[in-house]
Amino acid sequence: MVPIIIFGLSALITLGAALAVVTNKNILHSAFYLVLAFAGVASLYVLLEAPFIAVVQVLIYIGAIAILIVFAIMLTRRIGSDDLIQRNAQWIWAAMGAAGLFLVLGWIVYSVNWPVVTQIVPEDTITILGQELLSTYVIPFEVASVLLLAALVGSIIIGRERE
Amino acid sequence: MQEFFFSLTWLVPVFPFLAFIIIILFTQKNNKLSHSISIGSMVLSWLLGWGVVFSAITTPHLGEHPFRITIPWFPTGTSTFDIGIWVDPLMAVTLFMVPFVCLMIFIYSVGYMGYGTDEVDPHYSRFFAYIALFATGMLGLVISENLLTLFISWEIMGLCSYLLIGFWFQKNYKDPNKITPRQAGLKAFLVTKVGDLFLMLGILYLYSQAGSLSYADTLFNHEFLKQLASTPALPIFGGWSAASAIAALMFGGAVGKSAQFPLHVWLPDAMEGPTPVSALIHAATMVSAGVFLVARIFPLLNVVVELDHTNPAMGLIAFIGAFTAIFSSLIAVAQKDIKGVLAFSTISQLGYMIAALGIGAYVAGTFHLITHAFFKALLFMGSGSVIIGCHHEQDMMEMGGLKDKMPRTFWTFLAGGLALSGFPLITAGFWSKDEILAHAWHEFLHQGVISWPFFVWLLLTIAAFITAFYTARQISLTFLGKPRGHHAEHAHETPNTMTVPLILLAFFALTLGFVGIPEEIVGQGNNWLHNFIGHEYAATPLSIPIMLLSGSLAIGGLGIGWLVYGRKPLLQGEMDPLEQGMKKIRLGWLYEAMRNKFYFDELYQVIFIQGSIKLAEIFYNFDYKWVVDPFINLIARVSRGISDLLNQFDEKVVDGLVNLTGLSGITLADLSGVTDNKVVDGLVNGIADMTGWVGEKVLSPIQTGKVQNYLLIALISMLAIIGIYLVY
Amino acid sequence: MTIPINWYLLVAAGLFSIGLYGVLSRRNAIGILMGIELMLNAVNINLIAFWRYLDPVRMTGQVFAIFVFTVAAAEVAVGLALVIAIYRNRDTIVIEEIDLLKE
Repeated sequence: MVPIIIFGLSALITLGAALAVVTNKNILHSAFYLVLAFAGVASLYVLLEAPFIAVVQVLIYIGAIAILIVFAIMLTRRIGSDDLIQRNAQWIWAAMGAAGLFLVLGWIVYSVNWPVVTQIVPEDTITILGQELLSTYVIPFEVASVLLLAALVGSIIIGRERE
Repeated sequence: MQEFFFSLTWLVPVFPFLAFIIIILFTQKNNKLSHSISIGSMVLSWLLGWGVVFSAITTPHLGEHPFRITIPWFPTGTSTFDIGIWVDPLMAVTLFMVPFVCLMIFIYSVGYMGYGTDEVDPHYSRFFAYIALFATGMLGLVISENLLTLFISWEIMGLCSYLLIGFWFQKNYKDPNKITPRQAGLKAFLVTKVGDLFLMLGILYLYSQAGSLSYADTLFNHEFLKQLASTPALPIFGGWSAASAIAALMFGGAVGKSAQFPLHVWLPDAMEGPTPVSALIHAATMVSAGVFLVARIFPLLNVVVELDHTNPAMGLIAFIGAFTAIFSSLIAVAQKDIKGVLAFSTISQLGYMIAALGIGAYVAGTFHLITHAFFKALLFMGSGSVIIGCHHEQDMMEMGGLKDKMPRTFWTFLAGGLALSGFPLITAGFWSKDEILAHAWHEFLHQGVISWPFFVWLLLTIAAFITAFYTARQISLTFLGKPRGHHAEHAHETPNTMTVPLILLAFFALTLGFVGIPEEIVGQGNNWLHNFIGHEYAATPLSIPIMLLSGSLAIGGLGIGWLVYGRKPLLQGEMDPLEQGMKKIRLGWLYEAMRNKFYFDELYQVIFIQGSIKLAEIFYNFDYKWVVDPFINLIARVSRGISDLLNQFDEKVVDGLVNLTGLSGITLADLSGVTDNKVVDGLVNGIADMTGWVGEKVLSPIQTGKVQNYLLIALISMLAIIGIYLVY
Repeated sequence: MTIPINWYLLVAAGLFSIGLYGVLSRRNAIGILMGIELMLNAVNINLIAFWRYLDPVRMTGQVFAIFVFTVAAAEVAVGLALVIAIYRNRDTIVIEEIDLLKE
């Protein structure tokens, strides 16, 4: 029973915070709700027995991405104030489209019979994950590092002040 | 031993690629280190490449059982894409040519780009990086095992071609009509892209039929080919079989890359690049990639012939090749730029090869591909040597008398020129060109006068004569007589890094033809080249009259050329004797047309460039003035009108009716009044508002330029499609 | 009692739809980026759920999720740099005023 309660709470926090992210009038508050949503997702990962992913979620999403977003909001002054209209003219259509998409996805989720297996998660997932990353997936792993380097260089070049 | 070399084939393009990376990232500042790395990598590729070639030659029955190694590359749903190497005779003979010619050109570039002099190019290291990358592309194309890696290499070469043609991108000319290197690079890139699009369509079409792009599953799988040849193509191809349609589409790629009519316009302008580039890309290797591709897909063409005895796609290929051959040789006659003559000569010779493949002369076409690469690289490098010797003078009218000033260049250039014109017996060009002509003649005898082999044969024979003529003209104007300009007077021989490659290439330009002498001369079964690459196709029978004819055409063309230009050398400021002569017999207009490349650039300017500007204007007007915007406004207006009308109806008719009913009873009237005010009014106004709103708010701003709008429309469309899918 | 996989997928679908709504309705470029992050998180929930319920022995799902993290980090870095660059040049990050496509 306990997992179900935790799941319910996490899902509620995640979705509620996410709704607040996209509807809040103050963009800075949105960013803080984003942290909450990320935390909810992290607890879902824990429930799914993926502790490493959960920790990475906290480190990268909350520790890096959300903070970066807060920084960006503060660097671009004026946009954080309450009196700016934060949603555009098509928001009602967007809401209907998103709701429609949710219905379609939900219908698919419930109409497909997922081939669930009953295997249990191995003891030491982190060790296996590390070995896999550096053996089977070593090339994508290196490519990802190159991607990060390129993004780093690219954002410095885009973001720096031009004389 | 052979297996060992074969299994290392994949390294051949890796060496120059590493050189490219190292130079670009680390050694740009150091010229000497950069060219050493570049040339060193090419030496390794060359040694390994020739190791593979000689292993291939000594492997019996390689044609029936090509060597193939693949490793899985990426999975695509049910199947897996492989990446790998493919060693077969066609690959082996091409691999004989490519690394060697590349190496010669790399060494030559050291001299041409001015290493060790005051005129060293400011981007010297970058040049060596680019040509190394180019060699990667070409070698990758030759060894690749499937059409996808072939296409990737093909595009790498396209990119390098663009970078290298525009290598002197800072250069501007005073004359605004003269094309700058920048523009020439762009032109080459865009024009060849037209062809590449067709190649891609062809590859996709093949994939849709085969579910694989590997050679072993498609081009060399006879069962599949047969099935493809009996499948009708899409309706757009008329009654062609799928095999013909795919081959024709892929041939489109060759038309672009090998500069065949009507996509030939980029190659003459590509001469704006440095001369080693012209030799490397636009004479020896990249342009022959198109011919290589047609030779590669030859099984696809041949299988249709096996089933139906004739193949419309081959007719198309042969016609385009033969037409290109004669038409560009005519242009070459009237060019004044020393590289311009060679550019059109290249187009014309590529036309020969394409035409040869189009009439089914697989061996002859490949043979000419190899020999031409050697002698055309030699000629380009010779002309580059002349250009350097004459301090960057390119106009042949300003040259003359260089024979004694630049003896090494002269003798090697002469060897290349003789090979180009097909001087009998002692040059490579003679044997390969003669085989093409003999094959065309043989096909013509086989099929009768009113058939395309006859036209092919006729056009190619005339072109052979013209080729010899303009070669004599070029050699006479450049090297014979007295200097006609002050640059030529102070000409000097170029450094050893340039002349030694010339000598090595000249050796092959003269002797390489001996591998393909018809077996009627050297004895039954001794035509080595045919045994090696063409054992499954019938040999071209020797035809003594044709051999005599082509020999005498070569000698005759050279002789007449010498009579016109060489016997009485041109003086300074004198008009070209051919121009004088043609003006006398009222053909001056033809000469003008030839010199202006038959006005194709101007024609394309009018049709495509101005045409697309016009089209854009029409679309603009369509959108804003004529149709779309007025239509949307009309809808808005009409809906406004309807809502007004409904309002009137409401006020006049419904109200009247209500009042009438009201007379019959107060309670009922009250009830009606409520209904009227709340429901009917609301409904009517609601409809009116909504139609007006849809017209104004939805249809009109639908084109906003805002990405979010487009995303939303995409989402709604997707949901609509899913909805339709769910309902049905 | 274990939680059925459908629940996780449903949460992910909801998160994805909410993120999509944010992307489509925000006037602010940073708001749009936040929506994209929510969508990427929804994808990751799916990946981990599928890993847990369909193939928990091999680590493919987790590895894939890690790559999604990487891409998200790169995307947000470049995206925010772009936002700041646009803000500096045009003094706005209201997406409706950045409609060079129309001009």
